[in-house]
This record gives sequence, C-alpha cells and structure tokens, in this order.
Amino acid sequence: MTLHIIATYASAAFLLIGAAFALVAVLGLLKFNDSMARLHAPTKVGTIGIGSLLVASMIQSFNTGNPSLHEVLIMAFLFVTAPISANFIAKVNIHQRSCDTPPAPKTDKAWSVLNTSAEDKALSETTDTAS
Amino acid sequence: MTTASELLDIALIIAFVSLAFAQIMCMVRLVIGPSSGDRILALDTMVINALGLVVLLGIHQGVRIYFEVSLLIAMLGFVSTVALARFLLRGDIIE
Repeated sequence: MTLHIIATYASAAFLLIGAAFALVAVLGLLKFNDSMARLHAPTKVGTIGIGSLLVASMIQSFNTGNPSLHEVLIMAFLFVTAPISANFIAKVNIHQRSCDTPPAPKTDKAWSVLNTSAEDKALSETTDTAS
Repeated sequence: MTTASELLDIALIIAFVSLAFAQIMCMVRLVIGPSSGDRILALDTMVINALGLVVLLGIHQGVRIYFEVSLLIAMLGFVSTVALARFLLRGDIIE
C-alpha cells in the first residue's frame, strides 16, 4: 500500500462524492415545489460537489507527477460568488412574487414582516395613546 | 496498482454520467420552470455542471490547459447570472 495507491483511492472517493452531490442538487432542483426551496438545493450543494471534484483533480495532479495547486483559485472564486448569485436570484423571486407566502408559525401570532396588517396598526396606535 | 487505477476509471465514468444526467435534468427545469427566477437558477446550475465536466475532462486526459478553461467558465457564469438577475430586477443592466 504505497502513497500512490492511497492517493488514487482518495481521488476516486472524492470523484464519487462530487458525482453524488451533483445528483442530489439536481434532484432538489426538480422535486421541490417552491421557488425559494428550489433555490436552496443547487446553490449550496453544487459548490460542494465542484469543490470535491477539484480536490480530486489536485490529488491526481500530485499523483501523476506535475503538482499544481491552481484549483484552489477556482474553489475560492466559487465559494465567494455562489452566495452572491443566490442572493440575486432570491431578490428576483421576491421582486416577482413567485415564492409562496411563509407558512403559519406554530406558537406566535404572525411573522414579523414589513407591511403590518390593519388590526396590528390599530393595536399599536391604541398602545401609543395609552402610554 | 491495477485495482486502484481501475477504481479511478470507474469513478470517472460514474462522475461523467451523473454530471451529464444533471445537465439534462437542469435543461428540463429550464424549459418547464414556472418563473424566470427558476430559469436563471437552472442556467446557473448548468454552468456549474459544465465546469465540473471540464474538470473531469482534465483529470481524464491529464492536461493542465483545462484549468484556464474552468476558471473562465466560472467567471463568465457568475457575471451572466448577476446580469440576468439585475436585468429582471431593475429593467436595465448598466444604469
């Protein structure tokens, strides 16, 4: 069991992890029924899958004799830009109102949202005059 | 040594097949997506999967030139996603 064999096994394992994460991401993209829920699957899981593929590429480059760490650049770029693009897509979903209203909370009366309802506004006005 | 390299070849084939399947399913979501946010998300995922395919091609052939290709694909994918989202948000890309 030399170092070459261990590196080859590790590279194959990282390849399989990346392939599984890509499949899970596309399963979430297809099966979820809300735009915001669909946003959650590929933007996070896709970067982990690509990250493990890049780790496999690095291990294999060290294994075959011309070592390089250039893939860290792609990994850093992806990890920085994936939340930004996810935030932009979420803004588009909010702007077009394609996401459902949030489900009713279990204990509290309502979610804290920007547009307050009429009875809440009346209640706050009465408390203001009382105080 | 032979079993390890055979395992690597099998893992490469599995990764190629699953990424290609992911591309096809992203194309399905791109076609049927109800809102345009879903379509942007499907395009973004397709760009990331194409990057993964290029990385796998680099592992398979052992060529270093695919590193530059994947870096360019990552940058262009991010810029195109932000441009599409910004066009839908503001009605204009550069104001």
